[in-house]
Amino acid sequence: MNALSGKAAITGIGATEFSKNSGRSELRLAVEATLAALADAGIDPEEVDGLSTYTMDNNPEIELFRNIGGRDLKFFSRIHYGGGAACAPIMHAAMAVATGVAEVVVCYRAMNERSQYRFGAGFAPDATPTAEIAHYGYYVPFGLMSPASWVAMSARRYMHEYGVTSEDFGRIAVGFRDFAATNPNAWFYQQPITLEQHQASRWIVEPLHLLDCCQESDGAVAVVVTSAERARKLRQPPVIINAAAQGACDDQQMMTSYYRPDVARLSEMDLVANQLYAMAGLGPDDIQAAILYDHFSPFVLPQIEAFGFAPQGQAADFVREGNIARGGRLPVNTNGGQLGEAYIHGLNGVAEGVRLVRGQSVNQPGDCRNVVVTAGTGVPTSGLILTAG
Amino acid sequence: MNDVSDLYTRARTWIGKEAGKPTMARDVVNVPMIRRWCEAMGEENPIYVDAEAAQAEGFPGPVSPPAMLEVWTMARYRPGGRLPEEGIPVLNLFDEAGYTGVVATNIEQEYDRYLVEGDRVSYTAIVDDVSEEKRTGLGIGHFITIRYEFTDQNGGPVGRMLFRVLKFKPNLAQAKAPATESAGNEFPHPRPAITHDNAHYWEGIAKRELLIQKCSDCGHLRHPPGPGCPQCQSLEWETVKASGKGTLYSHVTMHHPRLPTFDYPLPVLLVELEEGVRIVANGIDLPASDLTIGMPLELDFVEVEPGYLLPGFRPARTGG
Ligand SMILES: [Zn+2]
Repeated sequence: MNALSGKAAITGIGATEFSKNSGRSELRLAVEATLAALADAGIDPEEVDGLSTYTMDNNPEIELFRNIGGRDLKFFSRIHYGGGAACAPIMHAAMAVATGVAEVVVCYRAMNERSQYRFGAGFAPDATPTAEIAHYGYYVPFGLMSPASWVAMSARRYMHEYGVTSEDFGRIAVGFRDFAATNPNAWFYQQPITLEQHQASRWIVEPLHLLDCCQESDGAVAVVVTSAERARKLRQPPVIINAAAQGACDDQQMMTSYYRPDVARLSEMDLVANQLYAMAGLGPDDIQAAILYDHFSPFVLPQIEAFGFAPQGQAADFVREGNIARGGRLPVNTNGGQLGEAYIHGLNGVAEGVRLVRGQSVNQPGDCRNVVVTAGTGVPTSGLILTAG
Repeated sequence: MNDVSDLYTRARTWIGKEAGKPTMARDVVNVPMIRRWCEAMGEENPIYVDAEAAQAEGFPGPVSPPAMLEVWTMARYRPGGRLPEEGIPVLNLFDEAGYTGVVATNIEQEYDRYLVEGDRVSYTAIVDDVSEEKRTGLGIGHFITIRYEFTDQNGGPVGRMLFRVLKFKPNLAQAKAPATESAGNEFPHPRPAITHDNAHYWEGIAKRELLIQKCSDCGHLRHPPGPGCPQCQSLEWETVKASGKGTLYSHVTMHHPRLPTFDYPLPVLLVELEEGVRIVANGIDLPASDLTIGMPLELDFVEVEPGYLLPGFRPARTGG
């Protein structure tokens, strides 16, 4: 038996509203979401002894901690690669809890990513000659300077290899927006789209239309992790962290893994999926629903393949058959995803995974015993299998 | 070299000759057009539109703003550009030789008298000078100077104008000519960060060589550059010069966001070199509609700013 599997649980989730202009500081958003998650769990803020977030969050752990009235912070970690780390704080929290380093760990992500800065506005690296900045030198001088553009290069190759079209990407967006349309917390509540609207939306970076791209959002999400044992005594149904994994491999680059033999694969997600299934002792047939990271719709397809829901190169057929949509075999992103609900860098997907296992999603597809949750794609990534317990 | 000097010689034969056909204004000087021009330019002096104000200054009626001198004779607007007979042949020489960029660099006007309602202006234009080849921020080019003499309906002189343009070879296929020379510095082209690990790569490009890093121990080629060999952990490396032959592996076309230094839509290519490594670069003479994965490409270098070279790829020459 794996030493981590089943040891910890998510016992509380909290969020602010999702908007385009929160009107308050990112730190305040973090505090609000954290307090909401602790209230959901029924745990006093004074009990928090661990915090975990990921890079690109601007809220220092110690600032959040003092503003929630924390006492003794014994564990804090911040995981690299932005949205690729969206599931990793849960893993780090579970490891801290499983080893006794901490008892109550809050994972958080808070941002005014629309009103204060925009990831989609293009990346202008500063001139500091670090390895991380040097990386951008191979792209930005040629105008390849946005997350959409970095993903689009791989997406075009995927299209070429498997005969996939923009409409195949569009069906993904249409399905997620359908879920968002019935989620009152989604920015695009009551605003479904058609495939024709997807096709008519303007180009951002060919082959990506506007409606292939996630939103830019203000908001915060927090998740409380404690031991599975304690979670079973608290007010919410326990959501067991059955498996948690990180992954980077196969000549990994930051969104530009253009040099590996097969650019149409997400090798790092293959690595995460294999670890998750091995850790949980489960396979694709055991999963009832999934939250698949959707900063851009094309990368949903290789994720479906990484987790074995469809064979290599056949994810578009899986989508076309309606499997990931409402009523399908594997409903995906029942909150509307980051295309439909909000772009909170993936942590809102973790919260929806928790709701699915609890049976509390507004688009609950039925009983979800095991749910896969993934983090940012095209970057070093992470994932979870959450299980009813 | 012969081509360049030949172009220069041919262009200079135009000096002293008429730059184009003598041209007469399509309309006589009139207040309605003056009013529109003043509104557009923010000109508020009443003597240009108001008879009383003009008379108070000793004029018989409203006068044309002096700076409108050439406006009266401007060719009609044609979507898609001028007709061939409206062109300036000496400038066409440069277009045909690939100096397709144009930017006005100097306009100097002298006025002999105020134009009044009913005047009809004509001009003759003489090529005054063609400069030697100059290296500018926009690209390599020549300055062409044309002198205009303006006369009225009686043949009497009313003013003259010196007009100088730069005809240049755009540095990058997708580089849009800024409106002025100084605009190039406001938005510098993005530059790479130079580290101990990649300096050889960018230095090679500055010398028009695309250098692929090669492990000195096992011979493995790698890109982007790094200090260690992923195959054998050796820190010893050398470089091999890329042949320049490659094929298109993938591509995108940028629409948003937009940086002032690029022209959009902007294709960006992922090229697989025949040596086996891949690199990202822009196309040269390669519009998005021509891109097909697998198409053969060949390396060239583009000077995006004076002294700043980047690799680019153009379609492979047939039979090459
Ligand atoms: Zn080696």
